[in-house]
Amino acid sequence: MLDVAVAYNRYKFLGHEFLTWLWFMMDTQPEVLGGLYKDEITPYMGNRIVLEAASGDIRETVTIKGDEADMQEGRVALKKGALVTELNVIIESGGQQWQFTIKGESLNISSLSTPEIGPTSSAEDREGAVLEKAYFYEKLSSYFDSLFQDFLNQRLAADWETQRVAAMQNWIRK
Amino acid sequence: MGLLSSSVSMTRYRVNGEIEGPLMETIHQGLVTNTVPEIDGEVTDKATGWTSWQTPYQPDFEGSSFAYGTYLVFSLRVDKKSIPAKAVQKLMAVEMARKLAEDQRPYLSKNEKKLIKEHVTDALCRQVPSVPHIYDLIWNYEERRICFFSSLKSANEELEELFVKSFGLNLIRLFPYTLTEIAMELTADQKDRLNHLKPTSF
Repeated sequence: MLDVAVAYNRYKFLGHEFLTWLWFMMDTQPEVLGGLYKDEITPYMGNRIVLEAASGDIRETVTIKGDEADMQEGRVALKKGALVTELNVIIESGGQQWQFTIKGESLNISSLSTPEIGPTSSAEDREGAVLEKAYFYEKLSSYFDSLFQDFLNQRLAADWETQRVAAMQNWIRK
Repeated sequence: MGLLSSSVSMTRYRVNGEIEGPLMETIHQGLVTNTVPEIDGEVTDKATGWTSWQTPYQPDFEGSSFAYGTYLVFSLRVDKKSIPAKAVQKLMAVEMARKLAEDQRPYLSKNEKKLIKEHVTDALCRQVPSVPHIYDLIWNYEERRICFFSSLKSANEELEELFVKSFGLNLIRLFPYTLTEIAMELTADQKDRLNHLKPTSF
């Protein structure tokens, strides 16, 4: 395995490509993403996306936020060579909802809200609440891993450039 | 940031290795040995250690209070004191004037000034209360997974260092490369492609 600091920087782009692919998939084939996990899950775009284009030392960042935000500007940024560096995602499963922002380079999760938990006033309640929350965090983690595994299967396939990238380019230029 | 909060930040880890010996006793011992020390009234300006999730200001790991079903839940606590530079400056000026008057001398040596500064800083450090920063974690021992509820670089670094010191296990932060290498199922062909991977141009 590579040195951790070297690997972090060397493969940052993989996280950005993953988020760009995720947006593409949520927009064009959400049913495929929904079928990757043992439970039925619907993922869709949340209320924030950050894109970044880097050319040498110059970096251009586009941030789009708001519940009704028009994503057209994001597509324009993609056309100019930008990739998604942060993405807010909502997932729904069994009438429950998770919402979070994921950062491509670190895969850190922020602003994560899970489904509501029960009361936490007594010690017994708190134990139940911890187990409930732990289940919600683990379910999100497992689903996230399924998404990343599916992305990697495509990214590391021999036809990545000819099939998947071509489809994404069509979507970007649509 | 508390694990029961309505909105949290989270960093995911994979635990490398297994505890040798009795699990709960070994973890209990690691937590107790590395419990955050109290530094209020002391000269120390920073302390890092474990605390209990339920009572973070009174660490207590008695029994199996950190076990919730198959999860282990406890918190990292980092206590810090911040001494205002201007307070040090003011007390130094007062102390130097007192010393000069006492010794009836026109000036103090560099070493004397240094000693006065140390004395003043230590005195202030004893008076200033520490500010606790608490970060919860959930450890799924069987699956070797940890959810740590902070994405602050400094907190993550403190966690990684304290974890290996306490339990003899390394934590691997999951970012694109480590997640791919450790947690994903890749064929030999995919691994080879990964090693030579270049960014895609869309």
